[in-house]
Amino acid sequence: MSRTRNQKEYERTFAFHFFRWLGGEKDMFVGNMEMKPQKEPTETAESLEERMRDRQQIFAEVYDETGNKELRLFEKAYKILSIVFCFILVVLLIVTVSHLPAVGNAANPDNNTVSETYITDGLKDTGAVNIVTGMILSYRAFDTFGETNVLFIATCCVMIMLMVDEEKIKFDADSNDREYEPKNDVILQKAASILVPVVFLFGIYVILNGHLSPGGGFSGGAMIGAGMILYVAAFGFEKTERFFNEKVYTVVKVTALICYGCIVTYYFLTGANGLECLIPLGTPGKILSGGITLPINIFVGSEVACTMYAFYALFRRGGL
Amino acid sequence: MEIILNFPCISILLAMFSAIISSALNGKWAKYLNTFVVTAVGVLSAFTFWYTYTTKNSYTYVMGHYPAPYGNEIRFGSLEAGMALFFAVIMLLSLNGGRKKIRLEIAPEKEKLYYIMINLLLSSLLALVYTNDIFTAYVFVEINTIAACGLIMITEHGRTIEAAVRYMIMSLLGSGLFLIGICLLYDMTGHLLMVYIHSSITKIMAAGTYQIPLLVTIGLIVVGLAIKSALFPFHAWLPDAYGYSTVSSAAMLSSLVSKGYIFLLIKLIYRVIGFRRFYESGIVNVLFVFGLAGMIMGSLYAIRENDIRRMISYSSVAQIGYIYMGFGLGTSIGMVASIFHILSHAATKSLLFVSASGLTDVSGGHKEFQELTGAGYRNKAAGAAFTVGAFSMVGIPCFSGFISKLLFAQAAIQTSGKTLPTLIVLAISTVLNAIYFLKTVIRIYTPVKDDKYEAVSSGKNMLYLVTLVCFIVLNLALGMISQPITDWISYGVTALI
Repeated sequence: MSRTRNQKEYERTFAFHFFRWLGGEKDMFVGNMEMKPQKEPTETAESLEERMRDRQQIFAEVYDETGNKELRLFEKAYKILSIVFCFILVVLLIVTVSHLPAVGNAANPDNNTVSETYITDGLKDTGAVNIVTGMILSYRAFDTFGETNVLFIATCCVMIMLMVDEEKIKFDADSNDREYEPKNDVILQKAASILVPVVFLFGIYVILNGHLSPGGGFSGGAMIGAGMILYVAAFGFEKTERFFNEKVYTVVKVTALICYGCIVTYYFLTGANGLECLIPLGTPGKILSGGITLPINIFVGSEVACTMYAFYALFRRGGL
Repeated sequence: MEIILNFPCISILLAMFSAIISSALNGKWAKYLNTFVVTAVGVLSAFTFWYTYTTKNSYTYVMGHYPAPYGNEIRFGSLEAGMALFFAVIMLLSLNGGRKKIRLEIAPEKEKLYYIMINLLLSSLLALVYTNDIFTAYVFVEINTIAACGLIMITEHGRTIEAAVRYMIMSLLGSGLFLIGICLLYDMTGHLLMVYIHSSITKIMAAGTYQIPLLVTIGLIVVGLAIKSALFPFHAWLPDAYGYSTVSSAAMLSSLVSKGYIFLLIKLIYRVIGFRRFYESGIVNVLFVFGLAGMIMGSLYAIRENDIRRMISYSSVAQIGYIYMGFGLGTSIGMVASIFHILSHAATKSLLFVSASGLTDVSGGHKEFQELTGAGYRNKAAGAAFTVGAFSMVGIPCFSGFISKLLFAQAAIQTSGKTLPTLIVLAISTVLNAIYFLKTVIRIYTPVKDDKYEAVSSGKNMLYLVTLVCFIVLNLALGMISQPITDWISYGVTALI
């Protein structure tokens, strides 16, 4: 429709044709192109049967592994080629490694100022007697924070896969859980009640002494997690839920990660802007020393323990 | 002004913090937090971009108290900051475009997990863009891989879980090769920071030692990242992963995840290996051949598809082929064309996925072409947006895809020896693109009598409409204001070293 021109004049303009096409009133192919209407697909019982039979036959012939020569040839060629490919890759990598510097040679490129500085200045810079922990938590703090987030996201991913409704957990707890295991095994329970406190204690020791002796948050946390898994295996989820349920899990995990995040953020921002980090390094060798190393170890430890336990619980019953 | 230099670090940490906090929130608040964080990251990156662009300088930012080569650091110039800004914008638009679908397709108690994945994906993308340390890059590649798996399988039906498993296997293979490459590189140079590795490599080259390991290393790193970004022979995971996941995931996977790896590869080529060394290694020729093969094969696969989402996915294979073909030309102008195509493809492909979801919604959820007949009339906004995306992919002037094709052609003419194959394949690929994209456009604008599906008015879903308009504007902007953008990219590429 046009306000300025009459209908006949308007019909000759481009705008009319365009809006007619846009509105779908006229098919632009009709009249300009030879067209045949598409036949409605008709299917009788017979043709359906025939089609299914053809399909069956095709399947039988194509996927007939014993009778189909081409398929067998392909499978054989595939196996041989993959073996050849792997062999080539192995040879290539071995040749490459043989050209690399020999292990333990003092003149190797990796024995450069970097590792030297870690050894000579590590204690002075980080306050941690254990140079490895000091290095991963202060020199390369960003990598380690990223690595902790890898654990976090891995748990979330497993939750996406395996998490089921709470009602289903309750239902499964009576019928399905421990189907193949003895319930309330006395030997296991006695052994666990002796072992679990020791495992916990040792885990806590490893975490708290991470900056003084071998170990740290990752290994200590794994121990505590293993202790919790042992406890669950012996006493079941009902007893564990009294002190460690989903709520506690969320609180511990989120607190640990946020505190860790706050410490590294503070550490990065002060470091990059030339400010002094106000966390004291302390006397090396004392338990309260090592600057940011000790608190980070504690937080990493709780995160790792939570992750270990969460994996076990998720795989076993689909919830915490 | 100094405070702006903190923004890249803050934006990475902000994304990580938001992921951690989201795990204690419910789905709704996680959504708000995520929207806030993506916007905030966009704003911070915009400031960084403006600052680095006006000062024409690259800045090194020490993450911690110990400068390189002892501690971690990130480095950003205008190219990195611009990329971060662009990624944040695309992520926000993709999320908004698929917001309704997210609510429908994801179980409500798992919605917060989805936003955790997205937050960590954002942090890893930012870290890949900004990092100056090759091992940090690996850590965030891991986060990126796991987050992408989560994005694929969140809808939890058989196809997506299968797709996620496939994606994980292929992607972990890529990560493994990349890690072996890093180990070899460390063994030869004794450094993990990109700039220091580069100076060591220069020394090695001058001394003439470690020639074979260096070549193998370059091969491993390039192949590892090529698998992760779905270069042609390694694309088998792609159509299922993009075709069946929820629409925001598909848009982000195709336009952000694979582009993050490609950008990392560009950085490694310039900052670690050195462009000359990379060119002389001959790996460029391999990339060139596979890029060309991908351009044709991806389009052929797409033509055969009867499912609109899978067709768009296969078109990604072809477009990734374009990008690697640009690498393969071995000139810096080819590289500029590739980086422009990263932008143009990211803007277009996410638009196509989002608009295709609108079209399938008005066709009873069917993705087959027969059901889509006339869908452009039933949802006018989605139809128009799809048309824009299709035109851009085919390379019609005014749209972003035209500029990248023009840049590729220009780069090809200035490269001796590779001119003819590039131009021929570019022409064939354009024709193939036109066949399947214009077929779809004609299909959605073919009128149907007595339609069995109901039309929706575009005003109903304002968020969706606004998202589509933003996408179209972005696309036209890339296509029409291309000169400043290519100038910025070619300056940024030289500043990468």
